Amino acid sequence: MITKRIIPCLDVRNGRVVKGTNFEGLRDVDDPVELAEFYSNSGADELVFYDITASSEGRKIFTDVLTNTAKHVFIPLTVGGGINTTADFERVLACGADKVSVNSGAIKNPQLVNDAAKIYGNQCVVLSVDVKRVDGVFRVFAKGGRENTGMDAIEWIKKCVDSGAGEVVVNSIDTDGVKKGFDLEMLNAVCEAVNVPIIASGGAGCIEDFITLFKTLPKVDAGLAASIFHFGTVEISDLKSEMKKNNIPVRLL
Amino acid sequence: MIAIIDYGVGNLFSLKSSFAAIDIDAVITHDEKIIKNADHIILPGVGAFKEAISKLYDSGMDEVLKREIAAGKPVMGICLGMQLLVDKSFEHGEFEGLKLIDGTCVSIQSGDAKNLKIPHMGWNALDFDYSCPIFKYINQKDAVYFVHSYHVRDCNNVVATTEYGNKLTAAIAKDNLFGCQFHPEKSGQVGLNILRAFSEV
Repeated sequence: MITKRIIPCLDVRNGRVVKGTNFEGLRDVDDPVELAEFYSNSGADELVFYDITASSEGRKIFTDVLTNTAKHVFIPLTVGGGINTTADFERVLACGADKVSVNSGAIKNPQLVNDAAKIYGNQCVVLSVDVKRVDGVFRVFAKGGRENTGMDAIEWIKKCVDSGAGEVVVNSIDTDGVKKGFDLEMLNAVCEAVNVPIIASGGAGCIEDFITLFKTLPKVDAGLAASIFHFGTVEISDLKSEMKKNNIPVRLL
Repeated sequence: MIAIIDYGVGNLFSLKSSFAAIDIDAVITHDEKIIKNADHIILPGVGAFKEAISKLYDSGMDEVLKREIAAGKPVMGICLGMQLLVDKSFEHGEFEGLKLIDGTCVSIQSGDAKNLKIPHMGWNALDFDYSCPIFKYINQKDAVYFVHSYHVRDCNNVVATTEYGNKLTAAIAKDNLFGCQFHPEKSGQVGLNILRAFSEV
């Protein structure tokens, strides 16, 4: 039976890991390569690296970080941030990324999902969506969650999966940073709409939040979080033992 | 020395790095001489069957590979690289494979498994045949990382399976020829142990 994945997310700027709350107020945490190795040894099933640098110089530092990580860490690596063209896919895949996550790049140019899936395969293209309720409707937000695109999130996700996205990261802006649990209602709506792996993001504050997620929504494949892992609020080994106790399929080291 | 065949398909960086992590010399190459001098060969592959088999033919690597296999050199196909070894694939059409091991590559969504999510992506447990030497350093039910939508069926040389809706073929082996559907280079310590065992075949 396929196991539920636990995925720490590392936001990287200028070669360092940072994490914001509700996408604002970034705060330095650790060296990304060291942190990645630590997570891999603790039982993380996959890692996500988000490049949040804007300059081309920062891009170079980011790919160096990625290369160093891929030399030492032998679990899947997903890379996102600043992916606007298939050349960006090429750039990060050459440094050891296995999957590439598109967000704003796909909103600006929806053809990107299709083009990338044709070249690299659906399994390589991860759609990442920042979603927020506006007047009771799930809307897609762009620019790190600051701008309402007006697009219906469920329709957008369906469209991208039809175009070749092989996996979807659903990040709820409503629950992100609040640490009161994943956005089960939003995730359920996405699970009902598409038949590709779904990664839940935004809102995990404790081990129980992951247990509730996987127990309530068996169709969710993975749980992603950042600060609770970075600050040691949740240890991955404890989380996984607890999942095992709750009969949730899990990979133990 | 291990030769990782470069025929323009896939990300070979992690494969090379994983051999480096277990202190085994590996080169990414399409140089016939280097491949001939190598002790072991890895045939990687990601993407679609049709493109991969065409690139393999265009690069002439199919002939080199067949010669080395006939000479008894251990060869391991990984993911799509394993699928290329069998008779044919029904991925987006019908295409002939290298016919080195019997078997047919079909969608994992076939039969009563129509509602399965594809790709089969993530960590899943192996049930393997103890007699297969590449598994000598791992335990039954150890999890490895899979990413695929097709798998090999009708093969008499299955040495490992995994459960996903149905029983899927996880590895095949015949004499000096091995194939893993999963990615040992992305399967943590378990994967490294499989690569180490292969390098000792």
